[in-house]
Amino acid sequence: MTTNSDEQRQPLDLAAARQQLREKKGKDYWRSLNELANSPEFEKVIEQEYPRQASLLGTLNRRDFLKVLGASLALAGLTACVPQGSDKILPYVKPPEVLLPGKPVLFASTVLQDGYGQGVLITTTMGRPIKVDGNPKHPATLGGSDVFMQALPLELYDPERLKQVMNQKTAKTWGDFTNALGSLSGNWGQGAGLRILSGMTTSPSLIDQMGALLKKYPQAKWVQFSPVARNNSLAGANLVFGQPYEPVYDFSKADVILSLDCDFLFAEPGHVRYGRDFGVRRQPISANGTMNRLYMIEGSSTMTGSNADHRLAVKPSQIEGFARAIAARLGLAVTAPTGDVAGQPWLDALTADLKSAGKGALVLAGERQPAAVHALAYAINQALGAVGNTVNFIAPVAQGYAGDGYTALKTLAQEMSSGAVDTLVILDSNPAYTAPADLDFVKAMGKVKNVITLANAMDETAVLSSWAIPAAHSMESWGDARAFDGTISIIQPTIEPLYGGKSALELIAALLGQPVARGYDLLRTYWQGQLKGGDFALTWRDLLGKGVIADTASAPIASLPTATLNGMGALPAAASGMEIVFEPDYTVWDGRFTNNAWLQELPKPLSKLTWDNAAYLSPATATKLAITDGDMLILHVGERNMQAAASIQPGQPDDVVVLSLGYGRKEGGSVLANSGFNANLIRTSAAPWFQSGLQVTKGREKYTLATTHEHWTMENRDLVRSTDLEDYKAHPNFAHDGEEQAITLYGQEERTGYAWGMSINLNSCIGCNACVIACQSENNIPTVGKDQVIRGREMHWIRIDRYYKGSANRPRFVYQPVPCMHCEKAPCEVVCPVEATSHSAEGINEMTYNRCVGTRYCANNCPYKVRRFNFYKYVDENVASMRALRNPDVTARSRGVMEKCTYCVQRVNEARIQAEAEGRPIADGEVQTACQVACPTQAIVFGNINDANSTVRKLKDLPLNYGLLADLGTQPRTTYVAQVKNPNPMIKEEA
Amino acid sequence: MEILEQTPIIEPGHTSLSVTSAIADVPLTPIRRTPVGWIAGLLLAFAIMMALLYAVGALFIEGIGVWGVNAPVGWAFAIVNFVWWIGIGHAGTLISAILLLLRQDWRTSINRFAEAMTLFAVANAALFPILHLGRPWLFFYLMPYPNSMGLWPQFRSPLVWDVFAITTYALVSLLFWYMGLVPDLATMRDRAKNIWAKRIYALASLGWRGSARHWSHYLSLYLLMAALATPLVISVHSIVGMDFAYGLVPGWHSTIFPPYFVAGAVFSGFAMVLTLLIPLRAAFHWKDFITARHLENMAKVMLSMGLVVAYGYLMEIFNAFYSGDIFERANTLDRFTGFYSPLFWGLIAANVVIPQLLWFKGVRRNVLVLFVISLIVNVGMWLERFVIIVQSLSKDFLPSSWHIYLPTIYDILTYVGTLGLFLTLLFLFLRVLPAISIFEMRELVHETGHHNAVAVENATDGKAQVYPAKPTKKEADTAKGGR
Amino acid sequence: MDNTLIEDKKQKLYGLLAKFDTPEALVAATRRVYEAGYRKFDAYSPYPVEGLQQAMHLRSSPMPFIVLAGAIIGGVSGFGMQAFATVIDYPQNIGGRPLFSWPAYIPITFELIILLGAFAGVAGLFFFTRFPQPYHPVFNSADFNAHASQDSFYLGIEADDPQFQLERTQRLMEQLGSVQVSEIEA
Repeated sequence: MTTNSDEQRQPLDLAAARQQLREKKGKDYWRSLNELANSPEFEKVIEQEYPRQASLLGTLNRRDFLKVLGASLALAGLTACVPQGSDKILPYVKPPEVLLPGKPVLFASTVLQDGYGQGVLITTTMGRPIKVDGNPKHPATLGGSDVFMQALPLELYDPERLKQVMNQKTAKTWGDFTNALGSLSGNWGQGAGLRILSGMTTSPSLIDQMGALLKKYPQAKWVQFSPVARNNSLAGANLVFGQPYEPVYDFSKADVILSLDCDFLFAEPGHVRYGRDFGVRRQPISANGTMNRLYMIEGSSTMTGSNADHRLAVKPSQIEGFARAIAARLGLAVTAPTGDVAGQPWLDALTADLKSAGKGALVLAGERQPAAVHALAYAINQALGAVGNTVNFIAPVAQGYAGDGYTALKTLAQEMSSGAVDTLVILDSNPAYTAPADLDFVKAMGKVKNVITLANAMDETAVLSSWAIPAAHSMESWGDARAFDGTISIIQPTIEPLYGGKSALELIAALLGQPVARGYDLLRTYWQGQLKGGDFALTWRDLLGKGVIADTASAPIASLPTATLNGMGALPAAASGMEIVFEPDYTVWDGRFTNNAWLQELPKPLSKLTWDNAAYLSPATATKLAITDGDMLILHVGERNMQAAASIQPGQPDDVVVLSLGYGRKEGGSVLANSGFNANLIRTSAAPWFQSGLQVTKGREKYTLATTHEHWTMENRDLVRSTDLEDYKAHPNFAHDGEEQAITLYGQEERTGYAWGMSINLNSCIGCNACVIACQSENNIPTVGKDQVIRGREMHWIRIDRYYKGSANRPRFVYQPVPCMHCEKAPCEVVCPVEATSHSAEGINEMTYNRCVGTRYCANNCPYKVRRFNFYKYVDENVASMRALRNPDVTARSRGVMEKCTYCVQRVNEARIQAEAEGRPIADGEVQTACQVACPTQAIVFGNINDANSTVRKLKDLPLNYGLLADLGTQPRTTYVAQVKNPNPMIKEEA
Repeated sequence: MEILEQTPIIEPGHTSLSVTSAIADVPLTPIRRTPVGWIAGLLLAFAIMMALLYAVGALFIEGIGVWGVNAPVGWAFAIVNFVWWIGIGHAGTLISAILLLLRQDWRTSINRFAEAMTLFAVANAALFPILHLGRPWLFFYLMPYPNSMGLWPQFRSPLVWDVFAITTYALVSLLFWYMGLVPDLATMRDRAKNIWAKRIYALASLGWRGSARHWSHYLSLYLLMAALATPLVISVHSIVGMDFAYGLVPGWHSTIFPPYFVAGAVFSGFAMVLTLLIPLRAAFHWKDFITARHLENMAKVMLSMGLVVAYGYLMEIFNAFYSGDIFERANTLDRFTGFYSPLFWGLIAANVVIPQLLWFKGVRRNVLVLFVISLIVNVGMWLERFVIIVQSLSKDFLPSSWHIYLPTIYDILTYVGTLGLFLTLLFLFLRVLPAISIFEMRELVHETGHHNAVAVENATDGKAQVYPAKPTKKEADTAKGGR
Repeated sequence: MDNTLIEDKKQKLYGLLAKFDTPEALVAATRRVYEAGYRKFDAYSPYPVEGLQQAMHLRSSPMPFIVLAGAIIGGVSGFGMQAFATVIDYPQNIGGRPLFSWPAYIPITFELIILLGAFAGVAGLFFFTRFPQPYHPVFNSADFNAHASQDSFYLGIEADDPQFQLERTQRLMEQLGSVQVSEIEA
């Protein structure tokens, strides 16, 4: 057996080990063992005998394996012991030498969302990545994050990931695959029968590799497809500029924003950054003095719409008419619809507003809208002079992608069914589930001899593939990606592949005939070629540390032609009847996160629905069709139909059924089983986003939906205090109107030392839920499952309350994040019979889990209902990988114990120890709670309210600052900055 | 008074011996001649009790989750049952203690039984505070005991008050009951034929021999215990009431709770006594001792307590609107119209409307109707607690957290099971102990037939002055119209 | 009656036991026996008999003082325990309430007053009545066992009373209107 240094450096790669062993002529007993260790039969035995160890088979060579086997028999829980990557990866702030036990180390890396890179900092403890947050140095996040980013650790440790190379349902090894590949590639010839289907790809190194592959097999084709890809945006640009340029927005400069069905706070690439810039301008006392104003006209109720000053929900098909009317009023050469359009009452005031805003105006169109609407938006921006200020155009970030995903996939499907395709390689894509119904992709796959899929789990595509290769998670592999604005950042692994997964780079390399090529080498060599000049080792080191390659944002298209709207044609005839509308899901996106329990149990921002999607209807539509919540509906579109449960949602447009993607999946895990309804069954490549001619019939049976929020209004209780800018200027003290000073029998003990407090800015909160998942990941909060959510036993320590104001037909939305208020006169503490909850000297309302006997009296007496009880043993102590996921600084709670937000006391203490070690007080902003870090809009601020100069204290001194239910005399430490909206006085919103 | 004339509290013609045998022979029935009815009853009760065993087993293995409780409704069946049983447990001590102090002779024939009922009800009630814990095996954290952790319970919490109140109530009631039994145990000892029965009763009776010296200490203590038990009864349910009044949940946070809970407790307690006595006096032919007048008096107590409770409801509603507190008001309106409103109106009917029938003598005299009403009141009081606890919690301050509660099968089995436990204990009690205080009955017989005693006195000794020189208060009462 | 018999019984004689039918007779007899100077005697009845206590000139029972003592101990120790726990031994900031929250101590203090009062009372009873006392010479009388706890009244004079002289005492007792007088072995 080889024991040279080279092997130490090698990743623990069974295939590589086996290669060496084959060449080796060692002593007999070694050979016999080798054969044993290499035979799949042996692996099967192991899998049966030691399921936990089996997961390691891929990653450990035989010797490590035997070692591990011995050790693990004594102490199980191996996945936690997978060694830190042996490749040279660099911590963000400190060199790796100071990897102290218990001291978390941060690594700068990148995570992908539909190919677009989002810079992150990954927290690892003892080689285990446990937390993902935004990288402040990365333009796409600026330190903020979204739910998908926050939920990645669970995805990494998902015990249901694909753990072995599978060939027709039998476990094989990477070696077997590469051998098979060798013989396969032999008869590819010019590659006429070779097709590669990938998700959106922005990775320069991967694109380069693809180039090489396509050079080697000139007749091969590479298709990029994602069901939520940016197609219409590019097509729209193509329409007006003759090129598929990609728009990049700058909300920090936008004073008046008109969003045409564009959910830019969630669905657009760069939404995290957009959220930040948008939030900064939402403040009544904002950065440059002016508060921005958002008009939203949309075809479903979106998160962005819920934050608008003026919101109009219409059938998506009506929006083009509206856009044309605006364009016409702004003097653009476009045929405006005759007669009234949806939103007629807005037109004059809106156009005036846009005109006066001039270059400060921003008009954007959502992916759901056809190219024409995008074209209009671009033209309007250009006409207003906004281009170059609030919006820029760059070459598509997914290099060479022209927004033709659906047509390309259609062609591919046709080729496949015609038998023209002999080998199909699928990367980062699950077409068997996501492909539109009309392509009949599954059937087409049947016609392909060899389907090679790089899969995270045995999903719909993998089960149909001849070869399913375990994909390395983006936290396990090397790579690079470009952000929404083109900025390039590096993906560096924070742990060895748990299940011997391969990255796309490595798979393509194998296709190119380098079966043992390693991602690290491939990436490094690529960049060595790119970054000329200077000492590469140093540059490399530096960019790994920063996570971002400086100045790689794509330059705006210099000479942008004047938009020509000639190609637009006439306004399509107004469609009558009902429309089906699709949207990417707020918690599972397009289905790639459906097996992630954190996201499954995350209440969707507006419907507060968990574990399912549903057919959303407006109350009026529901009444018209005599539908009640939970009715099973049969949705007929054309010759296709599907079933879905109805959920009545105020704010949805009338005569529309809104259905989100990503649910109703069949393969790939137990979490996704039986959750939701598959929209792709009626989704067509021709009309992937909305389609008229919907027929709704009411089924017989009922379906139980699990929502965490059963009530819509605030019942006239001043929980969320909000007003309009005008009114605020008149009465800056409005937040305290009619407030009674709660009297207390007991004197106010004056605060000494640190007094921790929190301020939550309701002007900034966009309801995105990032804080909820961040808290879940930081504090080891278990998920409880759908049936428990139905029983009202969800465990989130921070929740986002959503209320509707105004009528059910034209509601306005407000969000209110509610963590523990850490009341100074805490009602929960006085009723606890065992002093399990008490007050710390620094004002934190603490839980002593060991002492808690579970009377639940505290929860009853908590007016904010933020206490969570372990009705069962929710914490998973059996699955090893779930243990590896846990934050070692936070106790895992067992059955019968009450728990709640602790202001991330573990972080407070860490900071205190640090400060005391350095003999200084804790600085302001040194302690950041998990929710605070995650918040993309910095709505949450935590700090010492005793320090007159702390940010949180300053916020609490604002006249807008108020305490929730403060009249009860609880003296909450968590307070809110009241909400001020900025509607256009010229527009009278009818209720 | 005019009722007194018609109905004595013990039918005439009884002697010390006749009452003694009538009562003492029931438990002394030889094992072979145990009534079939009793065996059947016990078996049935025992079977029902098994439901409790099953439900609690599931509870301990799985966790509180098997119940329907959730956030925000952290308390439901368990606490409802707790309050309900404690309430029932109040009639006993009240009848035996307060009525004793008030010298109400008619209590004599029902106090022993009522006290037993109290003990068994309290035994059931005491189960729930432990069962409803998330970690029941740590219940002792609620008690002050020297421990290496140097910890104490949190004495500001009404739950700790409960621990002390319930423990005290159980112990004092037990002592009071046993004290009352001692002289009768001596009687049992002397009447028992079976040698083992004799020995056991002998041990239990502590060697009582009716010595005048003992009687003087005994009566003195018995009165003192009654004097202690009376405020105790009041305090216990006041504290239970404070469990809720102490919290700031709308629908709980109300100063009226302690007195109004006590009234409710007495109300339901008397209802339960009636529910049990009416069939028993028929079964054991005790109509002579538990006469129409007993039932009538209890019906009157029920009526008056029902009115106090009704006043409590009224004041709650009044305060909700008078205070102008939007939360209280919303809560009250939800009681009228919300998800649980059928239960609310149900309890109003059962506790306020139907008991008004007791104004009519005809109703009070009709045993069957009385029995039905008492059953209705028992149900009504359970509903009252359910509405107070569950409805209030289900809709408190933040509409975002509102959530309804529905019981699971385990909630129901636990409740039904405690009924089984209660009946089992009751059947065993009836089989081995005198269900009516024999020595007090003898006293009663003597007092009601007291005039011939005077005659005897004269016959035995001319010189002796007529006994008694001046009638005591007690005699005066009976003299007014005992016969 | 055979005196010789009585003579040799004398040694192991506990006393004489007179049986009465009515409580009034018992009371009258008791009064007479007391006037006759007897002190070591006791009356037995199946239920408390009015006037008997006065007839025997028994001091009223000290029970109230014992119960009071118990109650006071209970109250003081109860309040003390809570104050000590919350102020001295385990001071905690509970919902910003003062450490010495005396109003919250009252319920427990009250319950302990009752509890220890009752305990003291029962303990006192056992002390004064010498309970439990399964054996007593009067139980040697079959008649006593058959009736004393049910329907008859007895007056017993002990042999070691200085006034006790078998014949005289026996004669006295027969004059008292007793239905039967018997000797009780010690």
